[in-house]
Amino acid sequence: MAGQLAAVIGTGQTDHTAKRLDVSMAGLCREAVDRALADANVDWPDIDAVVVGKAPDMFEGVMMPELFLADALGANGKPLLRVHTAGSVGGSTANVAASLVQGGVHKRVLAIAFEKQSESNAMWALSIPTPFVMPVHAGAGGYFAPHVRSYIRRSGAPTHVGAMVAAKDRRNGALNPHAHLKQPDITVESVQASKMLWDPIRYDETCPSSDGACAVVIADSSTAGEGAAWITATAMRTEPTTFAGRDQVNPQAGRDAAAALWRRAGISDPLAEVDVAEIYVPFSWFEPMWLENLGFMPLGEGWKLTESGETEIGGTLPVNPSGGVLSSNPIGASGMIRFAEAAMQVMHRAGAHQVPDARTAMGHAYGGGSQYFAMWTVSSIKPS
Amino acid sequence: MRDVAVVGFAQAPAVRQTHGTTNGVEMLVPVFREVFDSVGLSKGDIGFWCSGSSDYVAGRAFSFIAAVDAIGAFPPINESHVESDAAWALYEAWVKIQTGEVDTALVYGFGKSSAGKLRRVMTMQLDPYTVGPLWPDSLGIAGLQARAGLDQGAWTEEEMAAVAVRSRTDALDNPLAQLKGSDSAESLLQQPYIANPLRKHDCAPITDGAAAIILAAGDRARELRSRPAWITGIAHRIDSANLGGRDLTKSPSTVAAARDAGFSHVDVAELHAPFTHQELLLRKELSLNGTRINPSGGPLCGNPMFAAGLIRIGEAARQVWDGNADSALAHATSGPALQQNLVCVMEGRD
Amino acid sequence: MRTCFTHLVTSLSAPLNLAFDYTRSLGPVLGRFMTGLRERRIEGIRGTDGRVHVPPVEFDPVTARRLTEWVPVSTAGTVTTWSWVSEPDEGQPLNRPFAWALIKLDGADTALLHAVDVASPDDMSTGMRVRVRWAAEPVGSIHDIACFEPGEAGEDPAAQGEPVAEPISMAITPVRLNYMHSASPEESKYLRGLAEGRLLGQRCPACQKVYIPPRGSCPTDGVPTVDEIELPDRGTVTTFCIVNVPFFGQRLTPPYVAAYILLDGADIAFQHLVLGCDASEVRMGMRVKAHWRPRDQWTTSLENIDHFEPSGEPDAAFETYSQHL
Repeated sequence: MAGQLAAVIGTGQTDHTAKRLDVSMAGLCREAVDRALADANVDWPDIDAVVVGKAPDMFEGVMMPELFLADALGANGKPLLRVHTAGSVGGSTANVAASLVQGGVHKRVLAIAFEKQSESNAMWALSIPTPFVMPVHAGAGGYFAPHVRSYIRRSGAPTHVGAMVAAKDRRNGALNPHAHLKQPDITVESVQASKMLWDPIRYDETCPSSDGACAVVIADSSTAGEGAAWITATAMRTEPTTFAGRDQVNPQAGRDAAAALWRRAGISDPLAEVDVAEIYVPFSWFEPMWLENLGFMPLGEGWKLTESGETEIGGTLPVNPSGGVLSSNPIGASGMIRFAEAAMQVMHRAGAHQVPDARTAMGHAYGGGSQYFAMWTVSSIKPS
Repeated sequence: MRDVAVVGFAQAPAVRQTHGTTNGVEMLVPVFREVFDSVGLSKGDIGFWCSGSSDYVAGRAFSFIAAVDAIGAFPPINESHVESDAAWALYEAWVKIQTGEVDTALVYGFGKSSAGKLRRVMTMQLDPYTVGPLWPDSLGIAGLQARAGLDQGAWTEEEMAAVAVRSRTDALDNPLAQLKGSDSAESLLQQPYIANPLRKHDCAPITDGAAAIILAAGDRARELRSRPAWITGIAHRIDSANLGGRDLTKSPSTVAAARDAGFSHVDVAELHAPFTHQELLLRKELSLNGTRINPSGGPLCGNPMFAAGLIRIGEAARQVWDGNADSALAHATSGPALQQNLVCVMEGRD
Repeated sequence: MRTCFTHLVTSLSAPLNLAFDYTRSLGPVLGRFMTGLRERRIEGIRGTDGRVHVPPVEFDPVTARRLTEWVPVSTAGTVTTWSWVSEPDEGQPLNRPFAWALIKLDGADTALLHAVDVASPDDMSTGMRVRVRWAAEPVGSIHDIACFEPGEAGEDPAAQGEPVAEPISMAITPVRLNYMHSASPEESKYLRGLAEGRLLGQRCPACQKVYIPPRGSCPTDGVPTVDEIELPDRGTVTTFCIVNVPFFGQRLTPPYVAAYILLDGADIAFQHLVLGCDASEVRMGMRVKAHWRPRDQWTTSLENIDHFEPSGEPDAAFETYSQHL
């Protein structure tokens, strides 16, 4: 553990949905922030600094929207920092906020991440034709689907594993009041019957497009009270989008980040020592892929944990009891939701999707072409 | 707090237009080589990386991602990115060193400001409901601020011209400056307005550029540079975005940041004031009487978007390294009309 | 796309235009303000400290509290500062020279930014009185204030709004930005090669890997690729997906295959289409060759290769491409 102790003392999320047409960007952010402040039992004067994360500015059509949002985010007269690390940004934002406390700079920091995809069309913002770059004609899932195929080939995983992940996450989402998609009656069979979009990825195996925000309040040991989620480690790693010999199924940056995370958290056997994981899974197959990348399972065997049902609530390692990215995907916020949900589990504030007796949890986010990774571990036990 | 110093600094030439990509790679490759050579390090020695850039300057979502190619970022690096001037990336890196997790950091920023129509691109920073749809541009907004000060007697057009003359004269000694040498203030004041009350000389040029800084802690810094520029304080603050709701002739965020950074007096200050009146405003707010201002020529002689604030820190540090100053202040700004401000105070120790 | 050679020895450049109509949901405060504008009235909101904010703000700038107390204000006010626009730009309120001004409406404590329609900067002064000139057909946007003009309230016969049945909840905000996009010098060589029907890669001087397209910086070594290598137009499918989903801007009718193709002699695959056989026949390791468009259609683009198609060679062994997945 580096520097000063830091802990999550409160979290807040919006009610994520496809189009939050009832609120402005400020209103969307404040729904999450006000809930986080209430959960933390703090008020604006208690907040020393604000850290904002969001994916590309072109989604909302505002350059550095944290500037115009400064007043609404209670940042007027305070330090405000804007993080942008592609899809991992929600996680990176929480990590940067944690570092402000760990570095001894501030006592209480508010971190917020949001995306209001309904202001535009994410597909448009991501696929503006760039001169000299041939359009791939593959669409949103076309980037990741070939890597899923590579994973299935390399691991020999049976094809129903993806459907199992999707069915589990959507059922979990039905337990989460904030989730965009709630499908309590979904089954492996119904997922397998859904339309094949980017073979081998089916419709029910893809994440939705959501409006949403998430906020966490991070405090130092002198201000964090009982019931906090102590941040026992953070890690971030980046590698280039493409390079000769790059492993796009099991990227080195993810492996390195996880190794650093476990080392710093003092965890030698992640599968045995972590009680619950919130992992960024926008397409179902990424659950087994990341289980290997993160070191929960040996290479080629991630799917076995999923297939055995051990990633369900009640299993050896419940993965995404919140329903995960497959149930809610406000892009810039999705990573922070993972981090916040991990904290909620060890704070025992996860309600119907609480994993019993969770003491150690990990939150994970990735972005770009599986090249940006951000992670943290949280514990209900204050490190000594 | 750990002792952290600026030990390395390199920047691309400030030019009106480069012919490279908007991801900064062509500008950054030589900058990284120079900054590493200057301290005898290589990429494997860097504990943390942080960059600052803007998708809207580039005209592309995720434009910063390809920039890591310039690093040769494999094996993977411990990295973060801010959608702000890279001075804020330096702040994040300084915080990271404070956690004790790393002892060194490399910070970089880049902007190909020439790719779009910059004054219109900057409109995208304004309130998107009640201001942005009218498309006021960055010169129009700066003009509102300049007029407010002129009306109040906070500064005069003659003082504004004098800032331009001093900057461009100082830039004669800066081989990387975009604008150098100046006519007299009298002749500048004969020029037409481009956004009345602003004349061309009142506005920073449009600049493509990039820069990198290496930070190191404690003994590591002493190994790398004989007279490191020790950061004695660094802080930033933001003011309201509501231009009609704040006094445009004041900068409470700068004052508060300077107070937090422990600023009292310095020998040299590098101020990130892209408009002449903004330098006058900052000098007044910081009570910089008798302090040498912008010996590099400052942003009025080269203003690469999202790197120019970081360059102020590098230029101020250089004054300390070279023994020209025992103490230096660097300032960076972000947002319309000096909305967000960062102050970094450095000193040399003998 | 128009390709223009701005710098013959180095880089290719071409326009890159961002154009999108953003759909902004306004929420309760901005929605009420815009609804008022459509009815040709202006409302401010009272802050925690009693100040009346116009335009209204949802949250107090000092206390961050949600604000709810509405205050009608005048359609006339005082210029607090201004600047002059000699060359109006697309989307601005007026298409002839005008002034930007911060205007404090009577009854408000903050100033609104808008345009003032006067003939010359000589007609502008701080402290001057101006009034709203309403748009002929208000829609519920800040453009319902067409601009301001010198004068006092109550003198404008157009300022008679009709109450509106449906409150305004959305605003459409067009964004139009034009950029010039440049390829790197290395990529430009490759693109010019494509225009001649050649596939030109480059080798990294440090790791010796062959990149196509070449790179301004080798992603693992941080140095530009240099030695040019001409590559054949055939290679191996490393992995792929079958696109079954229709989406905006699609050129082909699904299903079709988007694949990573590793050209023989290259160390990195790129994505392209595999056609010329049933999608279900495409497999990892399949050998493919380029199907070029007619020569007279060639430009500086990889689209000169319309697609790849099976070459008929035996499949490549997994080991030959397993390091490229």
